Amino acid sequence: MKYVIQFEIIVAISLMGELLNRIIPLPVPASIYGMAILFTALCTGIIKLSQVKETGMYLISILPMMFIPAAVGLLEKWDVMKGFLTALIAISLVSTVTVIAVSGFITQFIIKRKEKER
Amino acid sequence: MKEIFENSLFFGVGISVGTYLLGIYLKKKLKIFIFNPLLVAITVTIATLLVLDIEYKSYENGAKYLSYLLTPATVALAIPLYEQFMELKKNFTAIMVGIASGVVTTLLTIFVMALLFKLTHTEYVTLLPKSITTAIGIGLSEELNGYVAITVTAIIITGLFGNIAGDYMCRMFGIKHPIAKGVAIGTASHVMGTARAMEIGKTEGAMSSLSVAVAGAMTVGGAIIFENFI
Repeated sequence: MKYVIQFEIIVAISLMGELLNRIIPLPVPASIYGMAILFTALCTGIIKLSQVKETGMYLISILPMMFIPAAVGLLEKWDVMKGFLTALIAISLVSTVTVIAVSGFITQFIIKRKEKER
Repeated sequence: MKEIFENSLFFGVGISVGTYLLGIYLKKKLKIFIFNPLLVAITVTIATLLVLDIEYKSYENGAKYLSYLLTPATVALAIPLYEQFMELKKNFTAIMVGIASGVVTTLLTIFVMALLFKLTHTEYVTLLPKSITTAIGIGLSEELNGYVAITVTAIIITGLFGNIAGDYMCRMFGIKHPIAKGVAIGTASHVMGTARAMEIGKTEGAMSSLSVAVAGAMTVGGAIIFENFI
């Protein structure tokens, strides 16, 4: 029963996210609206942590698996990709590495400086 | 034999989860980072489809139920975020500046490399959304008149790379603080990276989910400026 309610709350919020996605003309996905709704509901106490926790954490633990179908779909896009595959992979790799270095370093730098001030 | 697989509703999910389990097993046994469960699942599944000559459509017919859970699972990312709310409040400036610097770096690197590879305007704008979550990325690519299918491909390659190598990269660059790690991985490689950050730790995972949402919004704003450069 508990898990059924938890699942229904999460699905209902996903539905609200979907509605917002249809109504508001911005390229923001339903899932991000949903995440904002659940976060706000938790902060204001409308939804208690115990009403979503176990099912939510279960979904998060199997999250990586949910990307398998889309990634296997690369198989079908081979023809489109062939032309600029080298550029595609090079740009993806280089920018991922530089972004991790830059944003990680800057975040860490500001946190450490603030900790020293205290 | 082939028909059984092609008409089965459970073949798609069965092979996806099965190869993913194989990936977890290999990672535990061999401890080599290339044996990332997601990467193993993708390559073994693709290989199986090719060997058995099964079309992607028949596979997807069942496998789509796995992707179906993606929205509720992303919604659930608000839970660790809420649990880490104090951390977030305490380090608000650091986190926001960190994400913004990451977004600008993404757009700048793509711009510079597009010049190097002499990409056309359409190819260039196709890649601008590559570090953000698929749903925002698709919308943005459409908005910029890019090739949406290739945008999705770039997003998946980026996410996969962040998922496989994100924490090794952090270690390499001396990024040790859990908040900084989460911001870096989430900003660079969206929800696929976050899935990995979630396994590293609660703070990493929460900061990574936050970064996905914020970086997504910032990228939409930034790309509208950057699209004019090539």
